[in-house]
Amino acid sequence: MAIVRIENLSKRYLIHQKRQLVAQRIGKRRRRFEEPFWALRGVSFTARSGEAVGIVGHNGAGKSTLLEIVAGTTAPTSGSVERRGKTGAMLEVGTGFHPDLTGAENIHLNAALLGMSKAETQRKFASIVEFSGIADFLNEPARTYSTGMMSRLGFSVVVHLEPQILVLDEVLSVGDRAFQRQCAEEIDRMVSGGGIALLVSHDLEAVAALCPRVIWLDHGRVKEDGPAGEVLGLYRGNSAPPRSHPGNG
Amino acid sequence: MLALGSSHDILYALASLTAKDFKVRYRNMSLGIFWSLMNPLIMMSVLTFVFTFVIRNTEKHFPLFLLMGLLPYNFFCLAWTTGTISLADNAAIVKKIAFPRELVPFAGVLANSIHYLIQLGLLLPVVGIVVGPSLLWLWLPVIVALQIMFVAGLSLCSAALNVYFRDTRYVVESAALVLFWLVPIFYSFGEIEQMGQGYSFLRTLLSYNPLAATIFCIRKILLYGEFLDWVTLVKLAGASAASMIIGLIYFRRAQSNFADYL
Repeated sequence: MAIVRIENLSKRYLIHQKRQLVAQRIGKRRRRFEEPFWALRGVSFTARSGEAVGIVGHNGAGKSTLLEIVAGTTAPTSGSVERRGKTGAMLEVGTGFHPDLTGAENIHLNAALLGMSKAETQRKFASIVEFSGIADFLNEPARTYSTGMMSRLGFSVVVHLEPQILVLDEVLSVGDRAFQRQCAEEIDRMVSGGGIALLVSHDLEAVAALCPRVIWLDHGRVKEDGPAGEVLGLYRGNSAPPRSHPGNG
Repeated sequence: MLALGSSHDILYALASLTAKDFKVRYRNMSLGIFWSLMNPLIMMSVLTFVFTFVIRNTEKHFPLFLLMGLLPYNFFCLAWTTGTISLADNAAIVKKIAFPRELVPFAGVLANSIHYLIQLGLLLPVVGIVVGPSLLWLWLPVIVALQIMFVAGLSLCSAALNVYFRDTRYVVESAALVLFWLVPIFYSFGEIEQMGQGYSFLRTLLSYNPLAATIFCIRKILLYGEFLDWVTLVKLAGASAASMIIGLIYFRRAQSNFADYL
């Protein structure tokens, strides 16, 4: 049983107003030079096996920070994350791809960093290539790839990790229709097999189609958490441009 | 010992990162890895010229004597600087993929080790012809392994420090320049020994410098055909172990905030 349980999670970033000197960082006066910024404040939710959860919110609402903490690349300032199940995260298109390495070399680099063993990668290599649809460019350096191709290749590697918890940050919006359908099928398959998908996107239609449950983050707090239709309705209403001033009449 | 609790195939991840560092450096150059051989040879020629025609030296096989100082020194400096900037250079990966971070500085050091091993591999046949082969050569892998371990530990510390203070890089680069003079590359321990009482400080400094000890050991087994003394060997092993342990402890403590400062 996969589970992601997040309790009272907060994340503070320190914004450096001035160049820090060694003495200031070590000394007790360091706080004067650092302005705290709370990216997440008291966020709690639990995602269980078989759930696909969409996360929406304005720029700077803390969506990416939340996914980074779930994926384990950064530590929370306070609160706890309980994560049961193998996690595969794609937090940015093109991370872990070196522009000077070929597609094939990048597959190995990515697979290794995500946690696949060498034997597993070799066994799944052909399948990774086929799923990504970049077979013709396999021996070309990644710098010649389009964003869509990078995204396909990255997603293909993450999926072949066979994660029980899939974490995706704005990955869907870069590919073409065919790729988006492929992603959706893969996410559905994985969730119906008892996995958990957490995905951040500004593409509300895609979120509505993929996720029965949606969490709306606003300034680092959970504003709404519930069925996709309801939460997205509220979110759309909130983010619609304000109507022109009605005047006194 | 590495990355307890991680489900990663550590060796595969380390090999992939090392291969990346190694390949990327020469990928777009027509002469490729040849460049890593040119640099020590050019330095050797210049130093041989200076210390043969300008300042007299008494060493036999002076060019080889120089190379046995230059190669370990070059490796040490390149590996240390590469290791130091490795986390900042790989910021995108460190921020977005969860994997054992120790692997990043290790890969930087190992990619340079490949060059070092190739250089030593080319040096050995020349030594074999000029000086003659010897069973003492079997000590070379031990000395080199200890040196790699020492630099790796040092790089763990400086790489972690460089995330919080980007100045670290420049301190390391300056230290590398200074080391050229503080390590017996173009002079030997013998020459230091012959100096008067006033130089005991310099002598002490050199005898506690692991890089100097490495060069001292390599020359002993390859050039002079002498046995290594256990005191130096134990000191060297101790320094390497200490460097690695301190490096790992500091790195572990520092790493939880890496993503926020990169």
